[in-house]
Amino acid sequence: MLTVQFLLLAAILFAIGVYGVLARKNAVMVLMSIELILNAVNLNLIAFANRLQSIDGNTFALYVIAIAAAEVGVGLAMVLLIFRNRRSIALDELSEMKG
Amino acid sequence: MLAAEASHSVSQSAGWFLENAWLIPIIPAVAFALIIFFGKKLPMKGSELGVASMIGSLILALGAAYQWIQRVDGAAGHSAASLMKAGGESSPFVGPVIREWTWWQSGGVEFGIGQHIDGLALTLLVVVAFISSLVQIYSLEYLRGDRRYTHFFAALTLFSAGMLSMVLAPNMVQLILGWEIMGLCSFMLIGHWWEDQANARAALKAFFTVRVGDVGLLVGTGILFFSANAWTQQNLGVSGFNISGLSAWAMSGDASQSALTWGAVALFIACIGKSGQFPLHTWLPDAMAGPTPVSSLLHSSTMVVAGVFLVARVYPVFWEGLEITGTNINFIALIGGITIVIAALLAFVQHDIKKVLAYSTVSQLGYMMLGLGAGAWLPAVFHIFTHAFFKACLFLAAGSVSHSGSHHSFDMKKDMGGLAKKMPLTATTWIVSTLALAGVFPLSGFFSKDEIIDNVGHNGYQAFMIVGLCGAFLTAAYMARATYLTFFGEARGAAAGEHHDEHATGHDDDHADDHGHDVHGHDAHDDHGAHGPHESPKLITIPLVILASLAIVAGLANATPFGSSWERFKKYVEPSPAYVAAESTMASGPGEAITVVGWPSASEGGEGEAKAGCSYETPPVGEVCYFPAVSHAKFKWSKGLLSLGIVAVGLVSSWVFSVQYYTRRNRRLVGLTERSRVLRGGYLFLWNKYYLDVLYEKFIVRAVAYPIARAANWFNQNVIDGVVNASARISRRVAGWVYRNIDQRVVDGAVNTSGAAARGTGGALRPIQSGKVNQYGALLFAAAAIGALVLVIINT
Amino acid sequence: MVAADLLVAQNIGFGVIALLMIVGALRVVTVKNVVHAALWLVIVLSGAAAQYLLLSAEFVAVTQVLVYVGAVMVLFLFGTMLTRAKIGAEVDLNNTNWKIAIPVSLVLLGVTSWVLIDGFGDEQLPSPDQAAPVPIQVLSDDIFGPYLLPFWALSFVLLVAVIGAIVLARKD
Repeated sequence: MLTVQFLLLAAILFAIGVYGVLARKNAVMVLMSIELILNAVNLNLIAFANRLQSIDGNTFALYVIAIAAAEVGVGLAMVLLIFRNRRSIALDELSEMKG
Repeated sequence: MLAAEASHSVSQSAGWFLENAWLIPIIPAVAFALIIFFGKKLPMKGSELGVASMIGSLILALGAAYQWIQRVDGAAGHSAASLMKAGGESSPFVGPVIREWTWWQSGGVEFGIGQHIDGLALTLLVVVAFISSLVQIYSLEYLRGDRRYTHFFAALTLFSAGMLSMVLAPNMVQLILGWEIMGLCSFMLIGHWWEDQANARAALKAFFTVRVGDVGLLVGTGILFFSANAWTQQNLGVSGFNISGLSAWAMSGDASQSALTWGAVALFIACIGKSGQFPLHTWLPDAMAGPTPVSSLLHSSTMVVAGVFLVARVYPVFWEGLEITGTNINFIALIGGITIVIAALLAFVQHDIKKVLAYSTVSQLGYMMLGLGAGAWLPAVFHIFTHAFFKACLFLAAGSVSHSGSHHSFDMKKDMGGLAKKMPLTATTWIVSTLALAGVFPLSGFFSKDEIIDNVGHNGYQAFMIVGLCGAFLTAAYMARATYLTFFGEARGAAAGEHHDEHATGHDDDHADDHGHDVHGHDAHDDHGAHGPHESPKLITIPLVILASLAIVAGLANATPFGSSWERFKKYVEPSPAYVAAESTMASGPGEAITVVGWPSASEGGEGEAKAGCSYETPPVGEVCYFPAVSHAKFKWSKGLLSLGIVAVGLVSSWVFSVQYYTRRNRRLVGLTERSRVLRGGYLFLWNKYYLDVLYEKFIVRAVAYPIARAANWFNQNVIDGVVNASARISRRVAGWVYRNIDQRVVDGAVNTSGAAARGTGGALRPIQSGKVNQYGALLFAAAAIGALVLVIINT
Repeated sequence: MVAADLLVAQNIGFGVIALLMIVGALRVVTVKNVVHAALWLVIVLSGAAAQYLLLSAEFVAVTQVLVYVGAVMVLFLFGTMLTRAKIGAEVDLNNTNWKIAIPVSLVLLGVTSWVLIDGFGDEQLPSPDQAAPVPIQVLSDDIFGPYLLPFWALSFVLLVAVIGAIVLARKD
């Protein structure tokens, strides 16, 4: 297996995740896209960990997973709060700026 | 050339009064300041300060005169013992008591202030102080209740201070100072009731006419200073302003004739103005607009003789400059002679009693000037002395008449007549003074005026002697007329008690023409409302009596007809023509009194006259003399009786004429001027004062003043205002342009552009902060993408 | 190449799973139904776990399944439910600027892939017999050894997240 195939896979996922962040209106959908990005990064880390036979990559990947979980939790709590206040979680409707 | 022994001189200390005579003007000056500041608060409104100061000055002046007499006597005794040789008078040189302090210095010239006391100065000091005291006492009653009582006394006191400081001036600068102070006070006092336009105009006329003459004073002083300064500094150590210096320079023979002549002419022009000589006499009659005490003090006895005093003071300048000896006509004598006659003629057509006296004053001043111009120095100065007494008495009597007799009117024809019975004291003093003025023996005028006429003839001025005799005739005549109209005949107008009617119509229209008078409250009238004229109160009559008595006896001070031992005035007042060593007359320090007494060389001469001394020969080197040797006529009863006869004729003929014309209404006399065209022309000529006033006011003043005024106005309106307006217009236009272009466009433009730029930038950058999370994310990732791209491109 | 021959099975496995993941990811960002998107995300996450296995990171793979698939996705679905997202097709889940996203992601993709290919070229991963699976003991030693501080930080973060989530989401 080439290293690059995993990295490319990660890159593709990353790009799709970026697209999702930019294109999606629903806050939950955006969070999901962020998950995609995080997973792409994880894949990268593990691939390199395997290539370099280093344990640090795995550790880091674990940490990423933990952080991602925490982030999703807080994020969804915020989404809930926004929904309670605004009755909507469509991101373009959430702006109060007049400009 | 006389065999001259060296004269010797010694410095004698003079007495306290003589050395401190400079206090005499200081006392009234201080009183003036006190009256101005505190007068209104004092119980007698400041008049007590005035009277007290004048009496103080009088005491000092009398003390100084006494000590001077002692001094001359002492010197005469000494010289009589040691130097009587070859007959003739030996008059010792009794130097004046001079003290001078430096007032200020400028450009190497020192201006001093101090005193120069000699017989002439003392004569005038005594006269001024005495008459001022009497007039101030008189004014206590005359001006009671006046609206500016305090200021009147202040001005009167200041006048006295000015005249006293002029009289004892040791140099021309102090003389001019006193001269100008007198002019100012004359202006203030003539215009005392300035609410009446006529009075204000009269005051201005007096001031300006005298001012025209004062140009001569300054020019003359300047000429003399610049010519004499070198000589006086070298020989006597004094500046060219110093009076004794000028006298010595004039007599020294080193002076340039043209400087002397022009200096003398210029100074005399000032005297023409101040002493009311022709042609600048027009102000004196108009000056009668002032209160009567002012007329009697200033415009008869003291201020107007300032011009005569000036000529007498620097007499050597005139003596040499106008060549008084050796000719039979000169400028001064000519003017004096003309003045005598024209003023006397004018006195005949006056209705106002004060104007008669004013013209009489002008005429008598003409006598004094004639005397000085013809070399009769002593008679002229003596005439100042006697004239002061009887003329002041006449004026005060006229004031008394108006105060209590004619209800403040001075019009003889309308409001006087028959007052001799009602006001006996006033009438008596008036008549006594009139006789003294006319020159009746043994009253004082005889001894002074007739001496002038006598000496004028003696010195070679025959034509002017005749003029003087004519003047004596005229004087007697017009005074008789005035006396008759005022005190005799039937009572007219106010003298008859008719003043209530005039009250009803109001004072001002009837009485405002010639004089102003103070407005009495109606309650003051009630005292004499019920009855007509009556004698004046004591404060008025006592000065009258004192002056009349002096008018009687003053002549005996220099009674030439009775012999030379009676010629006291001559002994004490006339300066000696003897030489003195120059060093002895120089001061060794500022303020130090110079008190020199010198004894001349032997004098030889015939007929009892000293022909030695100044003006006949130049003084020897190192010696100076201060006075020319004037000659004196010997009195002859034949000449005296001639003039007495002329006077008697004048009195009687005028009296008879007045009786016929005014009372009896003789048909041949009444209306004469209407019937005869010649007489009518003559009368009109006199009535219009020889048309001199018309000439001065309508032609000279208008020709000079109006074009200048118009030109000045044109200049002011068009040039000055034009410049101002143009600059305003230009600045306004520039301001407008600046506003429109620079302020609005440039400055505001910059400000607006910066604002617009900020807003534009803000507006452009605003969408970044949209609040849309997606957009933030988009920006973030886009930036990252582009950054990555750039990074990759750079690194490959 | 020798490695390519020896690891045919892994390669095929990789390829299949990669394809599945990519399709799944694409469906996540394009599908109209939120719940469907969540389910497609599950597939992606699972695929990721499988890739980890292929890369000999077994613990991570298991943790992935446990945390991500098990907890995070459930969390997502709860969130979806609680925010009243429409169960069913929803019109217009894309926002207004979605068209810009395409070039951005494409550029990003292009750049990264070019860099990766240029950087790594034909490098091969170590073969399975050389690349032993990561022992958990070593992993835990690493966590509680050199990376202890991050561990503590992580635990703190988790604590904060829990508290924060409770605070944020409580009803009052």
